[in-house]
Amino acid sequence: MTNKHMEIALVLVLIVVATVIFHWLSPWWLTEPASNWGEIDAMLIATLVITSFFFITINLFIAYCLWRFRHKSDDQRAAFQPENKKLEWALTLFTTVGISAMLAPGLWVYSDFVTVPKEASPIEVVGQQWQWSYRLPGKDGQLGKSDISLINAKNPLGLDSQDKHALDDILILNGPLMLPVHETVQVFLRSKDVLHDFYVPEFRVKMDLVPGLVSSFWFTPTRTGSFDVLCAELCGVGHYNMRSKITITSPDNYQSWLATQPTFQRLLNQQSRSLNQVEQGKELAQQQGCLACHSVDGSASVGPGWLNLYGKQEELTTGEVVQVDDDYLKRAITAPNTQIVTGFAAIMPAMPLDEKQLTAIIAYIKSLSDKSDIQQDKEVP
Amino acid sequence: MTAPDTHSTYGPQSFWWKYIWSQDHKVIAIQYFITSLAIGLVALVLSWLMRIQIGFPGALEFIDANAYYQFLTMHGMIMVIYLLTAMFLGGFGNYLIPLMIGARDMVFPFLNMLSYWLYLLAVIILVCGFFVPGGSTGAGWTLYPPQAILPGTPGSDWGIIFMLVSLVTFVIAATMGGLNYVTTVLQARTRGMTLMRMPLTVWGIFIASLMALLAFPALFVSGLMMLSDKILGSSFFMPAIISMGQDPGYSGGSPILFQHLFWFFGHPEVYIVALPAFGIVSDLISCHARKGIFGYRMMVWAIVSIAALSFIVWAHHMYVSGMNPLFGFFFATTTLIIAVPTAIKVYNWTLTLWQGDIHLTLPMLFSVAFISTFLIGGLTGLFLGNVIVDLPLSDTYFVVAHFHMVMGMAPVMVVFGAIYHWYPMVTGRLLNTTLGHWHFWVTFIGSYAIYFPMHYLGILGMPRRYYAYEDYSFIPPSAQDLNAFITVAALIVGFFQLLFLFNLIYSFFRGEKASANPWRATSLEWQTPDIPPTHGNWGAQQPTVYRWAYDFNVPGHSSDFIPQNTPVMNEGKDHEIR
Repeated sequence: MTNKHMEIALVLVLIVVATVIFHWLSPWWLTEPASNWGEIDAMLIATLVITSFFFITINLFIAYCLWRFRHKSDDQRAAFQPENKKLEWALTLFTTVGISAMLAPGLWVYSDFVTVPKEASPIEVVGQQWQWSYRLPGKDGQLGKSDISLINAKNPLGLDSQDKHALDDILILNGPLMLPVHETVQVFLRSKDVLHDFYVPEFRVKMDLVPGLVSSFWFTPTRTGSFDVLCAELCGVGHYNMRSKITITSPDNYQSWLATQPTFQRLLNQQSRSLNQVEQGKELAQQQGCLACHSVDGSASVGPGWLNLYGKQEELTTGEVVQVDDDYLKRAITAPNTQIVTGFAAIMPAMPLDEKQLTAIIAYIKSLSDKSDIQQDKEVP
Repeated sequence: MTAPDTHSTYGPQSFWWKYIWSQDHKVIAIQYFITSLAIGLVALVLSWLMRIQIGFPGALEFIDANAYYQFLTMHGMIMVIYLLTAMFLGGFGNYLIPLMIGARDMVFPFLNMLSYWLYLLAVIILVCGFFVPGGSTGAGWTLYPPQAILPGTPGSDWGIIFMLVSLVTFVIAATMGGLNYVTTVLQARTRGMTLMRMPLTVWGIFIASLMALLAFPALFVSGLMMLSDKILGSSFFMPAIISMGQDPGYSGGSPILFQHLFWFFGHPEVYIVALPAFGIVSDLISCHARKGIFGYRMMVWAIVSIAALSFIVWAHHMYVSGMNPLFGFFFATTTLIIAVPTAIKVYNWTLTLWQGDIHLTLPMLFSVAFISTFLIGGLTGLFLGNVIVDLPLSDTYFVVAHFHMVMGMAPVMVVFGAIYHWYPMVTGRLLNTTLGHWHFWVTFIGSYAIYFPMHYLGILGMPRRYYAYEDYSFIPPSAQDLNAFITVAALIVGFFQLLFLFNLIYSFFRGEKASANPWRATSLEWQTPDIPPTHGNWGAQQPTVYRWAYDFNVPGHSSDFIPQNTPVMNEGKDHEIR
């Protein structure tokens, strides 16, 4: 009985050794920071050092106790020591010092985070299930007013056309975004539908988008490159696929890119001429979030891609083969989960579109296919 | 309370009244126990399915994104509420409180029975939620609106309604139980059982029950408010939005209000699970190290101050929620302060081992595993509580690793240790130790294998609650290998939990017969006239308590333990503090 299960002391030591080795060998570590908040890394590492001290010391102390004071014979007696006020207060004090050593510098850096520098220029991130759009201020350097009630097919971000600051705003629907390096920005975040979270791992900081209010944070990009934008707040079944790109580039590059992006005014003007059906469909697909899951360039996506979809033979999970035509597409949009194409999941919500909108979207899908001239029983009006 | 003629006539005799519609706290405890284990098994299987998708994407065809989010949601909710909360309060609380304080039963036995049946009803409603059109909710266990009740989230038609109704029912059940536990501890202690002589197990469960009474109402009202938003079209949590291109007709509500209510419940909830575990593990360590718990008074005050502080730290779950960022200063400070009493508890557990006479029984092994897993889980909490360090880590796998260590593995280790410890009292038989050791080693080492590397995926930046990770430039391909490794480890650890369930059943029939007090424990539950104790617990006479629960190896005594109901004789001034 005497040395039974002493492995536990050894295992505790091995766990400590293994965690330290894992730490040094791990290829999984902080990404190279791309914003001023790289300074958080130092805080994180300081916290790691302090907590590791406690982790290693206490685990080893337990291992020692288990080995040293294990039951060896039946006349062994334990000490009787109900308490030791001095030791308890000393440990309390020591812990308090350790905690303060983490908290104080943490709050110091955090006070920078909540203090937006004066030179920060505003940009806006707008989320919807499951895509990102952006708005940059125009020449006036200000973002115009917006309101959820103003959102419609022609005004997807709900800008106020009466506000002169809004007219010159630059809209980047469904990304990607570009920003100049070393220029501080204050990011305002808005959501059309549910909670999202704007997250670029290399920027370190993140913030939720909350419908009904505008949240914000600031950062300064510190190196050029192209970075993934992710959603970090569960926002429905397409959450894991709500992504975008942000490119940090030189101010010159940025300016020439910016010049090619449409202003709100230009979008309004474009819309005053009547759109043909395909253009209407494209706009709807954008606004309804279809393109978050259906690619139009042949790349892999969550749902079947739309490039050359029309006219194709699709195999359903039931084994049945169907021809993608107007009738099929209508069913697929209004009652999506009744016929599932093999290889895809039944995750699409039914889209409550009216007949006219359906026709427009189908026209758009048709325009993406070179087989759009297949024989139709009914002609699209 | 008048003593019955003989204890054998105290309780009902027919099977139905004795075991099904029972008002005996011990039977109710077993009912809670079996129900929570059964539903916990469902949550365990769900975790396997999730891990298979993460480790081997697409390996199981029926796990599409819908199913994945449903599994994830139900796994979390079941584990936190329907398994851990129910088992610690309804299971351990029910069984141990009356026995440990020398009472014959809970003070409201009928309410106690009702509490179980409502809990069972809550579980049944929850399970029905799997089979309604559209399936169970996939909104994440936090059920954040607006998405929880909008199309685009699985189960937003019926699943969410069943979930909320089940939760509301659970809260009613927990309130009935909680009132009972608190009142029993305050009113039904036997002669001589002062508050400061109670075993820490009772302290932990008592304070956790008080917390449940204060915290669960926040879940209750937020559940009702969300039901109203969903069914009646009110806008408590729903601002004006455009969902899938349509205006669902809400306006003026606040999604952040829900988060405040949820976490006002949700953070104390962590301690509602943790405090009973703290209490129980203190008693396991003390008994199996044959040494009184070190710093008893400090341990009691630590439990009380952790409980109080835990009501003012909730918004550390919301640092990036879009609430006023200035709150970060307050909540980071309170959160890190709570680490001090928590650290004291860890020190005192380890100092109890110091100069002990340590018997490495299964309860002791699981207690050591608890200290180690709780230690790492608590320390990583210091990263997440410190607001600035939380900014890069929130919503990543670091958080998943943290809370699984601190309120998944650690309390579960205590559950296992406690079951190995008290099983002989409940059944009269010992659990099989060979199976027990297999179970222990795989579970303990497995918990590190699963969760330690996961912290590093979080530091890398991998977001949690993702169905798939494809083509992210910052995630190296090796991360997928690591995920596969974690999945394999999780499947193995999961399998060994089945071995544990087998042991519970096997030993009930074939286990070695236990002596009356096999661990030579001091606390009252082992001093009943019958083991297992019968209805009414104490036979003709309730015990009288003369000392605290930690008289192990008292100098001058030949026996290495003195039960609480042994009168004091010439023990000098050492006795004063007890």
